[in-house]
Amino acid sequence: MNVTAANRQDFSTDVHLERIDADTLVIRLAGSWAQGAIIKPVEEVIRELDELSGLRRVFLQTSQLEKWDSRLPAYLLKIIDYYQAKDVEVDLSGLPEGVQGLLKLARAVPERAGDRRTVKKTSALYEFGKTVLDGLQDAKGLITFIGEAVLAFWALLQGKARFRTVDLVLCIQEAGAEALPIVTLISLLVGLILAFVGAVQLAMFGAQIYIADLVSLGTVREMGALMTAVIMSGRTGAAYAAQLGTMNVNSEIDALKTMGISPMQFLVMPRMLALALMLPLLCLYADFMGILGGALVTISVFDVSLIQYAHEARRIVHVDDFSIGLFKSLVFAVLIATAGCMRGMQCGRSASAVGNAATSAVVNSIVYIVVADSLITLICNELNI
Amino acid sequence: MIATMEKPHITVNDLTMAYGDFVIQHDLNFTIDRGDVFIIMGGSGCGKSTLLKHLIGLQRPVKGDVFYNQRNFWQASQKEQAKVMRRFGVLYQSGALFSSLTLAENIALPLGEFTRLSRSEIADIISYKLALVGLAGFQDYYPSEISGGMQKRAGLARAMALDPEILFFDEPSAGLDPVSARLLDDLIIKLKDTLGTTIVVVTHELASIFAIGTNSVFLDSDTKTMLATGNPKKLLAESKDFKIIQFLTRGEGNVNNEA
Repeated sequence: MNVTAANRQDFSTDVHLERIDADTLVIRLAGSWAQGAIIKPVEEVIRELDELSGLRRVFLQTSQLEKWDSRLPAYLLKIIDYYQAKDVEVDLSGLPEGVQGLLKLARAVPERAGDRRTVKKTSALYEFGKTVLDGLQDAKGLITFIGEAVLAFWALLQGKARFRTVDLVLCIQEAGAEALPIVTLISLLVGLILAFVGAVQLAMFGAQIYIADLVSLGTVREMGALMTAVIMSGRTGAAYAAQLGTMNVNSEIDALKTMGISPMQFLVMPRMLALALMLPLLCLYADFMGILGGALVTISVFDVSLIQYAHEARRIVHVDDFSIGLFKSLVFAVLIATAGCMRGMQCGRSASAVGNAATSAVVNSIVYIVVADSLITLICNELNI
Repeated sequence: MIATMEKPHITVNDLTMAYGDFVIQHDLNFTIDRGDVFIIMGGSGCGKSTLLKHLIGLQRPVKGDVFYNQRNFWQASQKEQAKVMRRFGVLYQSGALFSSLTLAENIALPLGEFTRLSRSEIADIISYKLALVGLAGFQDYYPSEISGGMQKRAGLARAMALDPEILFFDEPSAGLDPVSARLLDDLIIKLKDTLGTTIVVVTHELASIFAIGTNSVFLDSDTKTMLATGNPKKLLAESKDFKIIQFLTRGEGNVNNEA
């Protein structure tokens, strides 16, 4: 008795259900099952099978099967699983030997209960709670890292810290000399921009000479330190995170630990020191570059001589202003190195984790920098420095 | 140099390992004697490498203790832990060479840190250790310039740099060709015989297990605990456990119930 038949016009394959008696069904497969074949969706077949009740045995058979690839066993596996759940015996002997072998292999190691991961639906409240807990975990990691860094620095002061001088020199070169071109470009342009922004207003009162005040003070007290810090967080902070992260992936940090060498001293200290030494120097350099950028605009566009500009700048900027800028850049250096090294050391063990570490190193250090800058500026304001 | 010469070198007591709530293995108890070649075996994903991490002090156990020379490792101060760890040599699965250093610098690092040897003495030791692992003349290569198998052997040379009391191997023969794997086995046996080094190996290479193992522990991922401990040959001959026999015979054997 022919119960149902697949629509031959639409599909390049044929799934034919044939009920032999009350408790036996034969499923016949024909046609080409290789790539490009249009197959009746297995869900539709299963829906048809649902309508047949009282089955005890099912024969899977192929006749005039042309070519087949992984789609056929995957299809059959679904049908077999469907009947297994219903305690119906499935006979595979009518299938080609290759298919039988593959199906046997696929079912050799049954799925262990609880192995499959199901995506749990979570409420907004759950997500919120998780974010808060993750944040707390993050804060804990930061505090631990700072504690370890302080201990390593203490060991350094006592002359007990272990790291290679070569590493320190290399880090200094990377964080210092090699950053000069970009720092030159950016600080020169920022000086230029400051001058233009101020000049438009000041020229209305014929007070062009005060562009020098604006640019010099702004650069020395604020922009020099801030701009170098932002550049270095993208350049060096991210590099630190990626370097240490990759070392973590390659178990190099584990190897150091089991060798009895503290990664904090050996890897983090040279990087922190290099940045803490170099960033103030870069900042000082950027200060002069910024003032120079301002001078370019003032002299060429606003009819102020270089002598006048330099004189005005010297009159308004004091050593205190330089000290504040340099102090800020020292603080920024520690923050950038902390964010970069911490993210690197906490990095997971995959390629994407290294990318995430570099990203969050930059994001964190920029946030730290801006927050620290506001605090320092507020304090300076209160103290009238 | 060696403080105590008592026989049990490492003792593991009621060790439970977990990542967060997810228990990897629980209630592990075994003893590794001085001069043993101890095999940690079991199917993939049963926690062999995690057990190794607990033994070398990289991961703190959730419960239980690890003793070295009868001293509790995880209760000791950080200074003492560092002292114990300095007597370890570890060969990581990937070699874990420092990628920014040449092979010679990699091996020189522990020597420079923990000994007072002169530069030329260190250079001599480096070429000797590299020769031992079949890499004579490769001093000035960077890890990225040599093959995976060579990296592994260089990692072994570094692990042996300080003549450690205990050598830990994480899957030493994975990625090595059969002849190199055999040479590595021979080297392990020689280290044990001549220097009395205690050796702990994570592996599922059957040929190695029977060639070098004098003691072992079998971890099972279904029950999440150890099924047996003892000499692997003896386990094969006497064990009644289906899983162990299957493992030790590549799934071909059966439990001999008459024995």
